[in-house]
Amino acid sequence: MTVEIRSAPHIKDDAGVVKIMRNVVWSLLPICGFYVWQYGVSALASLVVVTCACLAAEEFFLRLGRQSGDLGDWSATITGLLLALTLPPGFPLWMGAMAGFVAIGLGKAIFGGIGHNLFNPALVGRGFAQAAFPTAIATYTPSFLPDRFTDFIPSSLALPFMTPADTASWVAGLNIDGVSGATPLARWKFEGVIASNWDLLTSLSGHLPVGPSPLLILACGLYLAYRGYLDWRIPVAVLGSAALLAAALYPLNPQHFPDPGFVLFSGGLMLGAVYMATDMVTSPVTPLGMWLYGALIGALTVIIRYSGGLPEGVMYAILIGNAATPMIERITQPKAFGTEPTKETRA
Amino acid sequence: MKLFTFLRGEAFARGIHPPEHKGTAHQPITRLPFAPRLIVPLSQNVGRPAKPLVKVGQDVVRGQPLAEADGFVSVPHHAPVSGTVEAIRLNPTSTGVWTESVVIKAHAGSTQAVEWEEPQDLAALDDSGVIAAVQRTGIVGLGGGVFPTHAKLKVPKEFPVDTLVVNGCECEPYLTSDHRIMVERARDIMIGIEMSRRLLGNPRAIIGVEDNKPDAVEALRAALPASGEVTVEAVPTKYPQGAGEMLIKTLLNREVPPDARSYSVGAYVQNVATLAYMGALAPRGRGFIERVITVAGTAVERPGNYLVPMGTPLRFLLDYVGAPQEAIEVIYGGPMMGQAVACLDAPITKGVSGILVFRARELAAPSAKKSFPCIKCGKCIESCPMGLNPSTLGMLAAKRQYDTMADTYRLGACFECGTCSYVCPANIPLVQQFRVAKQVLRGKPEKAA
Repeated sequence: MTVEIRSAPHIKDDAGVVKIMRNVVWSLLPICGFYVWQYGVSALASLVVVTCACLAAEEFFLRLGRQSGDLGDWSATITGLLLALTLPPGFPLWMGAMAGFVAIGLGKAIFGGIGHNLFNPALVGRGFAQAAFPTAIATYTPSFLPDRFTDFIPSSLALPFMTPADTASWVAGLNIDGVSGATPLARWKFEGVIASNWDLLTSLSGHLPVGPSPLLILACGLYLAYRGYLDWRIPVAVLGSAALLAAALYPLNPQHFPDPGFVLFSGGLMLGAVYMATDMVTSPVTPLGMWLYGALIGALTVIIRYSGGLPEGVMYAILIGNAATPMIERITQPKAFGTEPTKETRA
Repeated sequence: MKLFTFLRGEAFARGIHPPEHKGTAHQPITRLPFAPRLIVPLSQNVGRPAKPLVKVGQDVVRGQPLAEADGFVSVPHHAPVSGTVEAIRLNPTSTGVWTESVVIKAHAGSTQAVEWEEPQDLAALDDSGVIAAVQRTGIVGLGGGVFPTHAKLKVPKEFPVDTLVVNGCECEPYLTSDHRIMVERARDIMIGIEMSRRLLGNPRAIIGVEDNKPDAVEALRAALPASGEVTVEAVPTKYPQGAGEMLIKTLLNREVPPDARSYSVGAYVQNVATLAYMGALAPRGRGFIERVITVAGTAVERPGNYLVPMGTPLRFLLDYVGAPQEAIEVIYGGPMMGQAVACLDAPITKGVSGILVFRARELAAPSAKKSFPCIKCGKCIESCPMGLNPSTLGMLAAKRQYDTMADTYRLGACFECGTCSYVCPANIPLVQQFRVAKQVLRGKPEKAA
């Protein structure tokens, strides 16, 4: 005779880590598809190579042992896809592979695997690429080039440790009018030219050298939030605080400061707000903490963009937010029923 | 959530909505036949075990006291069946612990009418007389608390009670016994309410019923006394609405502090089934010898709301409802807070409100699934009705930092509703860890102040 004995509760909600991660991957697929449509084979190769590098790194560190999680939990896949989406489409594949390996290795494995990392692994990988390959990571190429599905962007296929081919002269050689590799953020920063909000929102106009459409990212994020796989507070806080700060600064100097729409829809803010800042492991666990954390990231993004040497600041803003997370959690503990707010006492 | 409840904002904060599975809600109460042998443990509740009054070989009639209360926090037990006392011996209970029990062999030809009662005019008695009358019925908290009902009715005079909160929520999935009692025995509930109100200094009474039971609300409203002192409120269906603290919050917007009794905020909570049996038994001087129990679960062929004689062996009931007795999981109570039965030879006792039977490995219990480290999704914090941080508590439990759990993160406020474990996508057995932590802390000597 056998009877099963378990400790209550005997039932369980069916949302599990694997299901959450799988849904995030699914929601990323339209975004990746759009990216491939924009940049063709180079983007496809970049997505595949970076993701495979992340999976290989995951497998390597899992085999070393003492790691939580497994390849089937989809988390390394998410890291790979997100990292590839933050890199320029013509980023040399060997550099992408290296960034992917670093993302998993330094971003996650050294902390002990899924659930233990302090920083968003994809952004650790990108941070490494930014430091190691500053030129390559700043080199964008125009989207929707006519031969994108047959020809690689020449820099993609650079041999390891060789200087990538010069894409600027390649773009010039294509003889397409009004095309340049300067991103809208770079043009604002260095030339004072501000692209139209609608063009930025859709990523469809002309040959803008930008990532996938912020509108599409927003739609995919809405799906995740609706299904309960993403906490809506964080993107709302990030975008809200960035928009508020930009709106406050805009009237002071309309020539120098862009309008809030430009701040929201340019660069990587939308991808960062919806997919990177919301990484559950590296964002605060408390609801109030999520608001603070998101607001911090949004404000830092605007400050870094406006006063930094580089045009983009989302990555640094999120990494700083990740670093502040333990402290934010400490000061935002929930109020227990029937009591005053919990006070943290140091052990 | 219905729009009007949303607008009134009247539910307690957080909580969850597990699938209800209340398929037996419209099945009338039906009687379970008497088993050939019934086993009445002398200890079925909080407090001291009862002292046996009968001898082996003695004939007893249905309703006759078998054992008397030993002190104030203790209740008598009565013969659930007319028969012969076959033995007074150790017998396993549902948790596997063996306890002193009276075994009665039922008289096969008996009509099994209740042949033992002491009717009394409660109105003529003073308060302590009424409390003694309640004690003689042997009723304990039927919502699962199993605290002697008469002892709970003795509220310290320095705490005036302004509201009797009658708990008809039945928020656990599957369970429908309280629902049927509200529909079929509303009059008994009203008598129980009037008895309680008298002992509590005539406060108003509010019956809180989850809004998934409109027929119960209707039946109760039809039975309300004309005085207007008793009202019925449909409250949002949300787990754990049936926890006393949550129902007080929902109905009165008062928060009971941790470590305090509900009367410290002027409220007194009593379960509908307890009141119904109190109202039915105390005035007639009868004993608590049977109760309505929901029998459900996927392995049950004939689920329903059965009137089960106390002491019925679990195997007899499983056989009657067409449940297998091999490779199953049996739960006493609901699936969120109920206890797994370790021994099928156990009898059914006063605290059992539901019996759920599932095939082995069918329930996706957290402990049976692969568990991940906490991914800090925050779902537990968003669901914990007590406003705790189960995520951090779980991490502290893994490091065995039990004192920090209690001192900084208010482990003591956790009433083990299981919400955190239910929602955790990483399958961390949170509430299970908290039970262990509390157990360890209870074993520790008090720290010097």
